[in-house]
Amino acid sequence: MGCGNSALNSKKSEKVLKAALVIQNWYRGYRARLRARLQYAVAIFESIEYADEQSQMQLSDFFSFMLENYTQIHKDDPELSNQLLENAKDRQEYLGLIEVPDSYDGPRLHFPFNFTDIALLIDAFKHQKTLHAYYVLEVLFETKKLLKQRPNFTHLKTSASKGLTICGDLHGKLDDLLLIFYKNGLPSENNPYLFNGDFVDRGRYSMEVLMILLVSFLVYPKDIHLNRGNHEDFMMNMRYGFTKEILNKYKIHGKKILQTLEELYTWIPIGSIIDNEILVIHGGISESTDLNLLHRIERHKMKSVLLPPLAGSSIEPEKKKAGAIILSGGVPSKDSSSDQLSKHEWEQIIDILWSDPRGTKGCFPNTGRGGGCYFGPDISTSILNKYHLKKIIRSHECKPEGYEICHDGKVITVFSASNYYEEGSNRGAYIRLAYGMDLEFFQHQVTTSTCYQPLHQRVNVMESSAIRILKERIIARKTDLTHAFQVRDHSKSGKLSVTQWAFSMESILGLNLPWRTLSMHLVKVDKDGYADYMTSFQDIRIEKPVKEAESAIIETLYRYRTDLQIIFNIIDSDRSGQISMEEFRKMWKLFSSHYNVQIHDSQIDELANTMDLNKDGSIDFNEFLKAFYVVHKYEKDNISNTKHSRYQ
Amino acid sequence: MSRIRWNCEDALSETERVGMISVEGSDWEMSGKQEQGEQLIMGSDRAHLNKVKVAEFHKRIKEAFEVFDHESNNTVDVREIGTIVRSLGCCPSEGELHDLLAEVEEEEPTGYIRYEKFLPVMTKVLLEERYRPIPDDVLLQAFETLDSAKRGFLTKDELVKYMTEEGEPFSQEEMEEMLSAAVDPESNLIHYKDYVTTMVVDDN
Repeated sequence: MGCGNSALNSKKSEKVLKAALVIQNWYRGYRARLRARLQYAVAIFESIEYADEQSQMQLSDFFSFMLENYTQIHKDDPELSNQLLENAKDRQEYLGLIEVPDSYDGPRLHFPFNFTDIALLIDAFKHQKTLHAYYVLEVLFETKKLLKQRPNFTHLKTSASKGLTICGDLHGKLDDLLLIFYKNGLPSENNPYLFNGDFVDRGRYSMEVLMILLVSFLVYPKDIHLNRGNHEDFMMNMRYGFTKEILNKYKIHGKKILQTLEELYTWIPIGSIIDNEILVIHGGISESTDLNLLHRIERHKMKSVLLPPLAGSSIEPEKKKAGAIILSGGVPSKDSSSDQLSKHEWEQIIDILWSDPRGTKGCFPNTGRGGGCYFGPDISTSILNKYHLKKIIRSHECKPEGYEICHDGKVITVFSASNYYEEGSNRGAYIRLAYGMDLEFFQHQVTTSTCYQPLHQRVNVMESSAIRILKERIIARKTDLTHAFQVRDHSKSGKLSVTQWAFSMESILGLNLPWRTLSMHLVKVDKDGYADYMTSFQDIRIEKPVKEAESAIIETLYRYRTDLQIIFNIIDSDRSGQISMEEFRKMWKLFSSHYNVQIHDSQIDELANTMDLNKDGSIDFNEFLKAFYVVHKYEKDNISNTKHSRYQ
Repeated sequence: MSRIRWNCEDALSETERVGMISVEGSDWEMSGKQEQGEQLIMGSDRAHLNKVKVAEFHKRIKEAFEVFDHESNNTVDVREIGTIVRSLGCCPSEGELHDLLAEVEEEEPTGYIRYEKFLPVMTKVLLEERYRPIPDDVLLQAFETLDSAKRGFLTKDELVKYMTEEGEPFSQEEMEEMLSAAVDPESNLIHYKDYVTTMVVDDN
């Protein structure tokens, strides 16, 4: 009957309701915990990335210190680098010396380039071909020639019929560039593009990405526009992978390519202004950004973020000449002040290439990166008003959705490299704009699978990758960490509370990470909440190239290996890959005093002697530094160097 | 929206219940509710243990909050509060979360939640052990309830119907995410017993 049935039904439906609630409640909790884990993984990636950039400041200070105090290395060869520079200028002569063999099966370009060359390149790169050094150099020379004629800022106009596509950081991710071309069309007179810097470094196909962009620029110079990013910098390339990629792919002509690239970067325009309304730059601005000054300065004098102008360089040219190391590409000329920008000018460019927007008002030094500043919404408003502009489009920061709008719609970040930290970490995006119309955002994500991975799988991949990288940092400080643990372990039990363990970790590593939450991945914690602290090091070790060397030295050399590589490359002005024992000792003395590294000179001597395998008094420093790599206990192949090339 | 309070005290084991510490006399207002069978610990010991526990909670809450504080200015987007609360091990319903938000929001909602407001409220939640998680067997029972024919599975359409029409309905995003992991692509069915077992392992 009606009554009885409805009572039964309502009881049944209440049960269903309760059951649904239970499942929904549980799922939401589960999903939230996954998303939190994802966020922790991202925090690890970001913190390590910024810590790396921060240490650049230290390196930069060291170079200045070096230049001011170090005596000439090549006393007997003052003309050497002069000669090198002269050679660099003679394009025809150099290209004439390179032959492209018949056996070469890569793309053959025909200068002057047209759209078929672009298609040829893309097709070849899709089939994993490498462009021959001859063509690479040809492209670089021609691009440099053309860029030299361009002003510091590109002024563009758009219309309803001819819009513009703006791409952010690509970082050598060829798949993302090809995906964008697939979705948005190849570059042409009717399909203009603006690439907002950071074309190279971190990804494995920086050369291919760069070649496509530069050839497109040469074919459509009025419609393809390039802005310089902070990675269009030969020293950044040494640290973040592009230099290595070039030397691997171009064993004979790599060094020549690097030299040409170094100069080319300095000619890439600083930024663009669209329709007199939108400022497009790679990083950001500061409260003192002076667009008029930036339009006037000699931008090609900005060589690298790691080579700031020396204090008082224009005042005492004589002193500088006597004390100069001959740096690649930089010659101490008679009037050395003409070589460099003023400090103020240099800082103006650094601000443009390195700054980040933040929600807090005002302008603060960008301590995360060690260069540029954090600028607030009030700064954006005042600078935009000052120059009668409406918006800033910038890149430089990875965003989960590929783009982000902040400062009340005035500042937009666009980042085009998807999966930047790890597969599944973020989407990439690009912007289409046309005068009088709203901005349009398009997102993408490169994936090897055909369907979207479920959340827990993506999280697992990201989390294990982040933990892996973090463990490499931990093992590099084993000696210091062990000491910090033991100081707190009064009873010598080998255990500390999780709080004390976390405190020790932060005090040594300084990454500002949620150590307590991460502890379950990094150390064995018993049911009473005590951490067996030595288990922090159990799954990983640094491979000792020399059995007798002390752990502390090994760790230090492993930690600073990237910096050392850069320094050695600078000293090695003839790019032979070798430096003398004398140079090595001098270098090390300066390095250890400046970086406050507690290793005795005699220990370094011993190590260097052992590394001088052929006993001829010179060290192949690449081999020396390659010898320090990290071994993960449960891995089949120990090549952490190549796998984490983006962090080197 | 009807709120159904259900409790799972019957699911708590004896050992768990015995280990609870009374929180009377703490700095925060407590409801004065006392669980059955709890042990009372004397005077100053209780206060000390309380302090230690609170210090623990503060550290955990700080870490969970900071990882979502993208601007490093001690605020998080209000839309992340649910994730933060849940990442600390609590399982509030959407309704309960809504009430909690009211406690931590500013007088005039800004879209951001400040740490100074969040910390005491969240500490209280942890001390009271509010919003306890659902035990695995209760979860399994819930699936079995929906599977009235006792087939051992639910079809994709059935699950979607229940999740988007009953209780506190899923958003499209939540539904798609759940399906991506739960549905067996070959049969297009959800074998909920296996699903629950795998998810539970993964969550720990």
